[in-house]
Amino acid sequence: MLVEVLILGRGGQGGATAANIIVSAAIMDGLMAQAFPFFGAERRGAPVKAFARISDGRILRHGMFDEADVLVVMDQGLVRTNYTKEVFVKDGGRIVINSQRDAGIKSKSFNLLGKAFFYRVDARAIALRNKLVIAGWPIVNTPMLGAFSKATGLIRVESIKKAVMEFFEGRAGEVNAIAVEEAFNEVEEFNPIDV
Amino acid sequence: MVLKSLTGNYAVALAVKMARVDVVAAYPITPQTTIVEKLAEYIDGGELDAIMIRVESEHSALAAAYGSALAGARAFTATSSHGLLYMYEWVNWVSRARVPLVMAIVTRTIGPPWNIWTDHSDYYEQRDTGWIQGFAMDSQEVFDMTLQAFKISEDPRVYLPVMIGLDAFILSHTSMPVEVPEQELVDEWLGARTQGFIIDGSEALIHGALSSPEYTEEFIKDMGKAMEEAVEVIREVDYSFGRTFGRSYGGLVELYKCSDAKYHLVLMGAWAGDAMEAVDTLREQGYSIGVVRVRYTRPFPGEELYKALSSSKGVIVVERGVSFGSMGPMFLDIAGNMLKYSRKLPYMRNVIAGVGGVNVTYKDFEYIAKETIDYIESGEEPSVMTWYHARRSK
Repeated sequence: MLVEVLILGRGGQGGATAANIIVSAAIMDGLMAQAFPFFGAERRGAPVKAFARISDGRILRHGMFDEADVLVVMDQGLVRTNYTKEVFVKDGGRIVINSQRDAGIKSKSFNLLGKAFFYRVDARAIALRNKLVIAGWPIVNTPMLGAFSKATGLIRVESIKKAVMEFFEGRAGEVNAIAVEEAFNEVEEFNPIDV
Repeated sequence: MVLKSLTGNYAVALAVKMARVDVVAAYPITPQTTIVEKLAEYIDGGELDAIMIRVESEHSALAAAYGSALAGARAFTATSSHGLLYMYEWVNWVSRARVPLVMAIVTRTIGPPWNIWTDHSDYYEQRDTGWIQGFAMDSQEVFDMTLQAFKISEDPRVYLPVMIGLDAFILSHTSMPVEVPEQELVDEWLGARTQGFIIDGSEALIHGALSSPEYTEEFIKDMGKAMEEAVEVIREVDYSFGRTFGRSYGGLVELYKCSDAKYHLVLMGAWAGDAMEAVDTLREQGYSIGVVRVRYTRPFPGEELYKALSSSKGVIVVERGVSFGSMGPMFLDIAGNMLKYSRKLPYMRNVIAGVGGVNVTYKDFEYIAKETIDYIESGEEPSVMTWYHARRSK
């Protein structure tokens, strides 16, 4: 088993941190994993990528990829602007989007190499509800990890929460773990608009 | 033993901390920076009892590390690309002074054009400096090789500095699980620092003064001898590391699925993992092929490579660097070193790829291997040296 996860977000949203937390959580579940940011210049607010691999064996391959088994989209604006078309989603892949129910996500905003399963969670609302805001930005990377856990079943939500609490120590860790749990419970599968 | 998620850079920093270095001197350069940032954090947080010397350039960074090592301190520095080139004078001075020291090189393409991604040109350019040079494949090996580097460097048969290469970003900034041993076990295995001579003011000693050509030649010949002895020391250290920590790598070269292989991919660095994955797929398709991963390029593992490759039907040396007007530096080393054992060499091909940081994946290795094998099986001989990407874009 080797699963390649691509996280699309905006510079400063914590996509690379989310990928790193996936590795720590995977280790707790007895899995091997790898995480890395996009190799190049990044700017706050600009569309960026982060990468993770999860496996039940040693991971030999290195480097960036553009075909994902799991695509995590941390900002629904990246769907609207078709940044999601920069990458591909493999047959049987899962797409987890931070979006509101009425966002009108269309399947043509994605390069699908076969059938894909869509999931959405309003991570922004979860962040605001828990007062997870830094420098005016709602923290969506931790709730997206809760949604990732539920949508993929790859890593237990308990491990994600534990890894989050190790990463953000103290009170911040606890609140982020609550956001993980809420997103895990609130994420739902949906059918994108097929036009 | 605990399993920790570490980037290649953090694996270096943790190993340096666990080796209980006394002095770190460094100047920041991407992609090496997070190594010394992490070490600064360790020192600041009281986890590492060492002195961080802030300097104004890489030239001074290595000079400061050298001065500290000369006085008996276990010293460390790290750099990349232009930083390494800027310290070049000191790189040569440290090895010729026979002072044990460890330096991490996060390999990065030399500019212009300005580039932060990995190739091995900065590392290759150090091959005649008299440093022992190792190159790791993943974070675990980075950690292990860094610890081993202190032991090798401080062995009385060696007393040469050691540099550890790791690829920019695909290793330096990639988090992976790393088995971290107990500190007591590391202390016991590594032991206290030893070195040939110490200059700390307690006795009068002249070092580095003018010497006659005849004496100078003796010094240089002795360096060559130390380099030869280092082959056995590296094997021993790898073996004893395995006995203590449960991991060893086969010495200077790692063989992957080579026992029955007719063809061989030879390379070093993080992308060797991608080549191993390609070999898994190729074997499913009926290709008899293995990977020979070079872990040390100085001393060059001529004997290991001769044993692994002498009866190969085709040797494909894939390199992230080139000696302009000649060929890939490792290919030249392999061909030259194998001549020490036999005048008859197998068919060998040198593929230059991934230069400038171009992404090379397991799919590319499948293509490279298949193309060469298909040529040879059909009785044709492809060109000895080729640029992979230039050829593909035609």
